[in-house]
Amino acid sequence: MRRVHGFHGGVHPPENKAQSLAAPIRPAGIPPQLILPLAQHIGAPAQPVVRVGQAVRGGELLAEADGFVSVPVHAPTSGTVSAIEDRPVPHPSGLPAPCIVIDTDGADAWAPPAPLPEAERADPTKLRERIQGAGIAGMGGAGFPTAVKLSPGPGKAIETLIINGTECEPYITADDTLMRERASELVAGTRILADLLTPREILIGIEDNKPEAIAAVRAAAGSDMEVVVFPTKYPSGGEKQLIEILLGKQVPSGGIPADIGVVCQNVGTAVAVHEAVALGRPLVSRVTTVTGEAVAHPGNYEVLLGTPMGWLLERAGVDPARARRLVMGGPMMGFSIPEPACPVVKTTNCLLVPTEAELPTPPPAQACIRCGLCAEACPATLLPQQLYWFAQGKEYDKLEGHNLFDCIECGACSYVCPSHIPLVQYYRASKAEIIARRREAEKADHARERFEARQARMERLAAEREAKRAERKKAAEAKAKAKAEAAASEGAGADGTQAAAAADPIQAAIERAKARKAALAAGASDEPADQVAKLAANVETIARRLAAAREKLDAYDGGEASVAEALKRGVEKTEEKLARAEAELREAREGASEEA
Amino acid sequence: MSLLRITSPHAHGPLSTTRVMQTVLLATLPGVAALVWFFGPGVLVNIAVTSFFAIAFEAAALKLRGRPVLRTLDDHSAVVTATLLAIALPPYSPWWLLAVGAAASILLAKQLYGGLGYNPFNPAMVGYVVLLISFPVQMTTWAAPRGLAPELPGLLDALRACFAPASFDGATMATPLDLLRQNSDQSLAALYAASPQLGAWGGVGWQWVSLGFLAGGLWMLYRGIFTWHAPVAMLAALAAMAALFYDGGAPGSGGSPLFHLLSGATMFGAFFIVTDPVSSAVSTRGRLVYGALIGVLIYLIRTRGNYPDAVAFAVLIMNFAAPFIDYYTQPRSYGHARGGRP
Repeated sequence: MRRVHGFHGGVHPPENKAQSLAAPIRPAGIPPQLILPLAQHIGAPAQPVVRVGQAVRGGELLAEADGFVSVPVHAPTSGTVSAIEDRPVPHPSGLPAPCIVIDTDGADAWAPPAPLPEAERADPTKLRERIQGAGIAGMGGAGFPTAVKLSPGPGKAIETLIINGTECEPYITADDTLMRERASELVAGTRILADLLTPREILIGIEDNKPEAIAAVRAAAGSDMEVVVFPTKYPSGGEKQLIEILLGKQVPSGGIPADIGVVCQNVGTAVAVHEAVALGRPLVSRVTTVTGEAVAHPGNYEVLLGTPMGWLLERAGVDPARARRLVMGGPMMGFSIPEPACPVVKTTNCLLVPTEAELPTPPPAQACIRCGLCAEACPATLLPQQLYWFAQGKEYDKLEGHNLFDCIECGACSYVCPSHIPLVQYYRASKAEIIARRREAEKADHARERFEARQARMERLAAEREAKRAERKKAAEAKAKAKAEAAASEGAGADGTQAAAAADPIQAAIERAKARKAALAAGASDEPADQVAKLAANVETIARRLAAAREKLDAYDGGEASVAEALKRGVEKTEEKLARAEAELREAREGASEEA
Repeated sequence: MSLLRITSPHAHGPLSTTRVMQTVLLATLPGVAALVWFFGPGVLVNIAVTSFFAIAFEAAALKLRGRPVLRTLDDHSAVVTATLLAIALPPYSPWWLLAVGAAASILLAKQLYGGLGYNPFNPAMVGYVVLLISFPVQMTTWAAPRGLAPELPGLLDALRACFAPASFDGATMATPLDLLRQNSDQSLAALYAASPQLGAWGGVGWQWVSLGFLAGGLWMLYRGIFTWHAPVAMLAALAAMAALFYDGGAPGSGGSPLFHLLSGATMFGAFFIVTDPVSSAVSTRGRLVYGALIGVLIYLIRTRGNYPDAVAFAVLIMNFAAPFIDYYTQPRSYGHARGGRP
């Protein structure tokens, strides 16, 4: 028997699971309209591949994955695409997001299923493609694309595959019933995951408050996997906590389980993987617990993705007069849904509709007396009371120093707080603020670097200009000096002329240039092709010069109009020169072709 | 459906701050009962009058600060502070002493810093120390215990002592702690033989009062109001210091560990003052250090100082040090290496 480890903190809220466990999983049926958000997972939203008005069959692709960390969306039943637009979606922000809306036709016509052929199952790439292509994202609540977790990358050998059947949140029983009723599918899906990851051991972790599920999974599991049962405590089902319970190891802060050779998958995900691979059925439905005292028929429903929550709640017999809030997920980590028009998505494990008496409206927060109950409850061994004070004081450095980012937002601290302080809310806000500040700082750094680079470039150009000017000045001075010397030597004697000519290098250079030009002119008539080439080179040089002049003019943004004017004139002059050179080149070319 | 939009968690545990404060008040009962039995009903008048002033001051301060008065008073924290202060003060104290103490506790130590949760110092102990320094005579007269006093004052006497102090003349007696501190030439055995009020361990009456507060404290511990760390560390450190300097009961001895544990405000301090979460260190490791250092200080001040007891000073000094202790005792969070290394 495996030794199970403990983890720090945790709480024991009333479980309230019996209400939804009375009946087996029931199909919820086909609602008149399905609303399928393009982002039901963490990562890039899927890209629609259907048009409005297009008829679709069940299982057909509606939107394809956009990149590695993304999954596609499929049609849960047959019907017509009636809109692709923003609709209210279940997201903590409460903002609407793009959705594909399908008016169902009730026929439930399906595209022929295409299970992955046996031969291709041995190919990990094909398997991963199939799992991503079926639109599978973590069904425990986070919605991280499953195929990504199944590609731990080179150098990260996976020692342990953990299947998470903990379901530690109160009220929720979706995984519990799934394990009871579909244990063999769960085991089959687990084996597919194991084929991909080749772990040394496979552990299925279940809390001891689910004896029937434990028995069912034990009966279905082979000798290749071990069902580990451990005491019920919230939040045992948190990935990091479960790893500590089963292995006694902690995932390094800021890291992922694969860093210590572990991959965790939810039981619902494993079943979905089995259906995608063995049955060729993409992820188009899920088991959702509908519970709370305002619901007449609490239980677990097999719900088509995109089913409006209001429609499902009506089926479950919700009493709108008694419904005080609508929570997606459990009472510890779930979030409030602003309106029942929101659809059920891949991560909707539970819809909780409590009455006011059941989950009363929290009273106004009282002062924090630092009693430390939160620190005792914190599964991440943080000091929530200190984080609260720092969050109030906006002391972001201290928040990070006290490991705010290791907070998993499980809500255990708020649950025990005698002063009813919404601690998790403070941490969420502070995390968002710190992330925003980091982005801001990055942006500022980037802008500063750009500014400094530009400053350096401007300085360099100015220095170059200055150097050129100094050179010209020096040359002019030298010329004046030479002239003066020449005049002096001319006066000295006739035999000095030769010497003076020799001494005047500029004169000599001019002489040489003249001679070259004359030779060029003479040679031009002989070899027109040569001349064309030379003129073409000349045009090129002037064009280059013009470009440089224009750049200089563009770059100059100093205040002095005279400088700008001079630069402009320079450009114009060069332009003229270019035009002339081009004309010459044209003529020469014409001449050359005539001759030919 | 009109739906509430509240962030998670949606469920909440049964505990509330008001409930915590009520539990503390209930837990004082055994100790207070022992005080009444051995020293008469003076402590009850103390508690009633101090609570009255504390609530009045708290309400006035809240009103001035523009805070909700009734809702804040409902947390019972003013009554808790007043009760703890009243228990620490000598029974049969005059009303003005109680009023000044309540003012120092509520106005100076609590509301001036921003109210409940914001006070760096334990309010009851601030009130006690202000009174001790300002009115040493009233603060160092303690009633004689049952069996040693000719007769215990009744409730009427207690009221008279409070509101017409001039007309009250109760029997007083040096406390066991005073006796021990003033002793320099007698061995402990001789001192115990010469002083009837020393009783068997911690002094007549005192030892039962201490056991009463111990019982209340253990009950709170059982109810999960605080963790064991600070009180156990304080009692252990105090006992260890006493054992270290016991010196076989020779004339220079500071008293036996049992004497120190069961005398004066040791148990009351360990379970009702040191456990005050607002002014103590926050982590469990921090509370161990915090409690242990209070225990050491209590022993030092009791044996080397000049005051009737040492709990108040020791606690206030360590209140100063709490943020410093917090800085060095931050627990290792999940996923972080031991010793603070990344």
